[in-house]
Formats: sequence, C-alpha cells, structure tokens
Amino acid sequence: MSDFTSPFWSIYVAGLTLLGIAACVALLWWTQRMNTEVHADDSTGHVWDETLTEKNNPLPRWWIGMFAISCVFGVVYLLLYPGLGSFGGWLGWSQVEQFERQVQQSEEKTAPIYAAFESLSIEQLAGNSDAMATGDRLFMNNCAQCHGSDARGSLGFPDLTDAHWSWGGTPAQILQTIADGRIGNMPPMAAAVGDENDVRNVANYVLSLSGAPHDAERAKEGAAKFAVCAACHGTDGKGNPALGAPDLTAGIFRHGPASEAHIMAMIENGKVAEMPAWAHRFSTQQLRVLAAYVWGHGGGIPEPAKAQAAAETNVQAGSDTTTDTPAQPAAGDGPD
Amino acid sequence: MATSSNLGLGRLQARRGKIYPRSAKGLYTRWRWFFVFATQLFYYGTPWLQWNGRQAMLFDLEARRFYLFGLVLYPQDVFYLAALLILSALLLFLFTAVAGRQWCGYTCPQTVYTEIFLWVEEKLEGNRNQRMRLDAAPWSWNKLRRKAGKHAAWLAIALWTGFTFVGYFTPIRTLAGDIASLALGPWQTFWILFYGFATWGNAGFMREQVCKYMCPYARFQSAMFDRDTLIVTYDASRGEPRGKRSRRVDHKAQGLGDCIDCTLCVQVCPTGIDIREGLQYECISCAACIDACDDVMDKMGYPRGLIRYSTEAALEHGWNRQQILRRVLRPRVFLYGTILVAVAAALVTSLVVRTPFKVDIIRDRATLARIVADGHIENVYRLQVTNATERTQQFSIEADGLPGLMLLGDRAVTLPGEQMGSVPVQLQLPPGAADAGSHAIHFHVTSPELGQVTEKSVFIVPR
Repeated sequence: MSDFTSPFWSIYVAGLTLLGIAACVALLWWTQRMNTEVHADDSTGHVWDETLTEKNNPLPRWWIGMFAISCVFGVVYLLLYPGLGSFGGWLGWSQVEQFERQVQQSEEKTAPIYAAFESLSIEQLAGNSDAMATGDRLFMNNCAQCHGSDARGSLGFPDLTDAHWSWGGTPAQILQTIADGRIGNMPPMAAAVGDENDVRNVANYVLSLSGAPHDAERAKEGAAKFAVCAACHGTDGKGNPALGAPDLTAGIFRHGPASEAHIMAMIENGKVAEMPAWAHRFSTQQLRVLAAYVWGHGGGIPEPAKAQAAAETNVQAGSDTTTDTPAQPAAGDGPD
Repeated sequence: MATSSNLGLGRLQARRGKIYPRSAKGLYTRWRWFFVFATQLFYYGTPWLQWNGRQAMLFDLEARRFYLFGLVLYPQDVFYLAALLILSALLLFLFTAVAGRQWCGYTCPQTVYTEIFLWVEEKLEGNRNQRMRLDAAPWSWNKLRRKAGKHAAWLAIALWTGFTFVGYFTPIRTLAGDIASLALGPWQTFWILFYGFATWGNAGFMREQVCKYMCPYARFQSAMFDRDTLIVTYDASRGEPRGKRSRRVDHKAQGLGDCIDCTLCVQVCPTGIDIREGLQYECISCAACIDACDDVMDKMGYPRGLIRYSTEAALEHGWNRQQILRRVLRPRVFLYGTILVAVAAALVTSLVVRTPFKVDIIRDRATLARIVADGHIENVYRLQVTNATERTQQFSIEADGLPGLMLLGDRAVTLPGEQMGSVPVQLQLPPGAADAGSHAIHFHVTSPELGQVTEKSVFIVPR
C-alpha cells in the first residue's frame, strides 16, 4: 500500500510525527510551570521607546485546553487514518477505496437512466432525445478529442457524419468498433507493386478511381499492378469493411491530400491507424448510446445500409426475446 | 529596563474570571435593542420569504446557484461576492475612523446574541448580584432548576439559529418538514448542531473572550483610530478626584470631582473594564457605561456626560459637539468615503448592466484547422451558452472578424431556464482569404430579451 522505498522511511516519518506531538505536549507542560515577573503596575517590567510598557496579560486557561485538544485530536486522527508512515489506520480508509466507493455510488445513481435505454434498439436510441443528450455528453468528453466536436474528424481521424464506413456502418458494426477498437493496417506494398515507376502508376490509378486529378496514361499502366492491392481493396477498389480496407472510389483521403506524392507515400510506407477499444471504460448501455449517437449522426447512410441495420437489430431483438422468455415453449406445451 | 520594583511572579496563563454584567437602561441600550431586533428580524425572517415560487434568498451550494430575490448568480459571479466583501470592509473602515467600534457595540452577532442570552440569564437567574450569589451557592434544587431552565432556553435559541443558518443553504420549508418527520440528512444535522453549538458556546460562555482573543477585526480596528475618532470617554478633568459623598453637600467645596465612585460603569461593562482608566483595547463602544453614568448623574443632580461619546482631541481641547463634528471631515474619512462610493457605484453599475447569460467558446484542440471541399478552411468551435435566467430563452449565434467568414451549424439555440447548452459550430473561410496563422475573431450571441454577449476567439489558417 505505501510508497516507501524501505521500512526506514516509514519509521522515520512516524517517529518525527510522534516526536513533534510529544514536543508540543512537553512544551505545554513546561510553560504551565513557568512564571514571569509581575510588577506593582501589573507590567512585566519591560519598557521600550521610553513609554511602551508590556502589561502582564496571561493567556486564558481555555486556550491551553485547545492546545491540549489539538494534541489529543492529532493522536486519535493518526490512529484512525493513514498518516504514521505506512500504518494504514484502524478505520482502513484510503483514497483508492473512497474513489471506488464514489464511482459505485455514481453508477447506482445513473443506473435508472441507462436502465430505461435497455429495452430500446440502437436505432430507436438514435431517435430518443434523452439518450442523444447523454450520447452528446459522452461523445464530447471521450470522442471529440480526435473526431472533433462536430464528429467530422480531421487529418488521420475519420469523419463520422458521412456515409462512408471503413469498418461498416450498421449499428452492430459501429458498436463493435467502439467497444473493441479497430486497427487498420495498410502494409508497405512498394516491393510487391514493383519499382518506383510502378508505384507511381498505381498511385495514379488509385486517384483515377475517385476521379481525382491524375495522369491517365500512368493510371492505365497502374491498373494491372493494382491486382496486389485488390486482395484487400477489392478488384473494383471499393474496399472491404471486414478488413477495414477503405473504399478508394469514395474520394475520401483521410491521411493526406489527394495527390500523387501522398498516395505513393502510402503505398511505400503503409499506415497503421488505431481506434482504441472503449469497452473497459464504458458500461454496455453507454456503449450502445454512443453507437446510436454515431450512427444517428452518420447522416449520409444509404438506405440499403439502414434497411440492413434495421434487419440486424430486429434479428438481435428477436434473439433477445427468445433468450428472455425461455419458458414460452414450455408454457405452450402445458395444455398438451 | 525595570521601571518599578519587582513585586512577584505571575503565571503565563490564568483562569478567566467570569463577568456578570449588570443590565443598563437608557438611550444607547435602547439603540442596541433596536439593532438586535432589526438584525434578527432580517436573519430569522429572510429565509421564509418566497419569490416566484421559490425561496427568495437561497445559496444552493450543491447546484451552485445563488438566488437573491429576482437575481440568480452563478459561481462565475463570485466577483460580486468579492465586491460585496470589499464594500463591507470599507464600510467598517469608514465607520471605525469616524465613530470607532460602533459595529462591535450594536450589530455584531457576538454582541447581539450575548445581549439576547444575557436577557434570558437575567430572567431566569436574576440580576447581577443574584447571579453572583447563585453561582457561589452550593448545588440545590433551586439552582438546578434555574440553570437547567436557562440552558434549555439558550439551546432553543441556539438551535433555531443553527436551523435558520442551514435554511439559507437548503430550502428552509423543506428543512422544517424534514425535521418534523425526523428525515434530516447527516450533513444538515451536523451543521444545525454545529452552528447551534457555536451560538450556545459563544453567546453563553465565551462572550467577551471572542472579542479579546479571537476576533481579528477587533485587533485591526485600532489601526483606523486617530485622535478625532469617536470613542467612549471618561472626562477625568470633570470627574476627578473621585469619591463618595452625600447628595446634600457641595462636593466641589470638598475638593471632589463629579465621579461618585459608585463603580456602576464597571458593573455594566460586558468586557469587564473600567472606562475611567481611558481607552482600552477591550472596549467595544457599546456605551452601557454611558447609560449607567447618565442615570447616576441624573440622580445626583449633576449634568449628564461625565462618561460620553467624544474624541481624544475634543477632551484635550474642551471642544463642543459642533467642533467635534467639524473634525469628521478629514483626509482619512474622505479617502475611505471616496473608495467606498466608487466601489459601490461600480458594483451597482455592474449588476444593472449584467447580461444574464454566459458564453464560453471552446476551440477544438486536436483539430486546429481542416481543409474541406473546394479548399475551404474550416475551424470547429463549441459554444457553451448558459441561460442564467429562470425562463426559457432563445439565442442566435453570429461570428465576424475575417472577410468571407461563414458560420455553419446551429445558428439558433433555445435553452430552458438555468440550463447550459453546448453547440458545435463550424466556421469556414474561402481559400486565400487570410494569411496563414492565427486571426482574432468574435462570436456574438444575441437574445432578443436579454441582449448580446460578444466573446473573442481565434481562427487558424494552416500553413
């Protein structure tokens, strides 16, 4: 528990503390027996600046009592709470324990709020203003640092408001992205593609996929070499959400400008982009609220994706219902 | 250097002798009771006043809202508290410079509660002599009954004081209900008992010890005194030589002054001093000795004012009332007065022109700037708008400071009373509209009912 490097320091600190209290008590005891000179005019006989006389003005007795109480309080406190070196105190109180208790109290307080969200699907949560107000606060405190207050991302961090999802945009996929995190790994591909000229050609082909300015001749040359990229990005360059391989036809260049130099650098050096996992920071309901917030803000989700998402949620809800009511078939069996 | 012969030895600490102040009657005592009633009517009464369906004066520490009738203050308004404290300090300075420790003698809670407790003590244990005799007497049924009655009354007043104090911080009507149904929270219980105990102890037992050994104001008020400050004085030139005499004889012929040495001025003194020894640090300027002495002078047929409010300079030069009043207008008083008026004017002006909503601009930090479609440069901000009124308000957001600056996102916000809302907004600048670097811009948040707040921020154009 204690941070002392050796037992000596614990004894040193405890010893000095107790010595200090003992010295205070000794001083009180000693001064109780001390006397001062008192003259006929009730002065101590000390005169400064010709006329300034020190009057005999004894401290009231109750004041001594307060000193004594302070000493007793100090000893009692040190016995009950940590303070004497590595001695933890009889009450067993610690900051860590207090923190954990307060976190638990806070969770108990917010539990009913999240309990109300439990029966709603992620899609329904996205339309629930209470859930979205909570989602907004969670997003601002935890996600906005990278993705921006408006969720529109920045260099290296994806825009969450467009319809393009490297790892899939259904509620379930977004939930998984937030909970478990994602590591997008674009390996350095220069060696597989060929020499520098080949890399330049492939880069131009990639630019041509989204209609970005490119050299048409080189793009044509690069088309054949794109085969090594197609393993992940697909033969049509539309990417693969299962691998997090982005859609190269969308015109979204997350890590830099739509330039030949940037694409060549990506092919030559590769890129590892990590979305950290949040499951250990949030409760299940918090994760679902966040997923709903992100899903709801992905304004450009195309209809098929929404339909698919709805279907998936229905499947989930359906499976939930069956697990929740295992007695149903048995009840049905009853009359038979 | 020793000036007088060594008499003996004294202890560094001594038992405090209990003071039994005799009750005084007269003009200044009536004034003190006036202030006792005025301050206590305010203190005990205010928490019960209602305003728009809530407690008129409530300092809600948990919600961090401070209600003063129509005004709702936030922790950000702590400035007003500082101004109020400065104002109070300056008032104390000014008052002390002109008229000495009037605050101590008439309105200080320590004096006021001591006065109330002494009144109870006198009702149940009798006058000064009876109280002294009762304390000296061995325990009896009579003594127990009187003492128990006194403490019961004291505790009732003290607990009501503690209850009222807590009632400024938690709604007093709910608090009263909680006490009635024995559902008081642990902290409320603690603070009611704590302030109750402090009142009982300070007004019942500590009394003048608080002024003598604890109060910092009592100590530094002497720094504001000068020779023209009004103090309680004993006119030694008229009173001395003091001595007992018959009312029928001409004391002047006997070589006696006006002081008949009845020691009533000492008996009524709540701090136990003899004012005839001159100005002492214990004197709280309560003028009980003036009332007592005037009474005696009346009975003796001498003119009043042997002990009176006067100044050191006035006593020395034999000034009359007009001459004393003329000395009130002196540089020290002008200086305190000028600063006081300036601070008061600043406080009032600031309260009048206060816009009851707040705006905080929080720039996104990770994303300084980004290039969006068509090469536009975009900065993201989060506007935190706090509606400090108790009604729903509408706000509109605008930004300016750079040519071609466009605001995207929510331009209108509706906030319920006492709520804070945060709105992300994007500002866009056409490519090439500004040099790379940081540019000062302004956000204007306008409410049709409350006015406008302008906050500055920066727009960053990347290199």
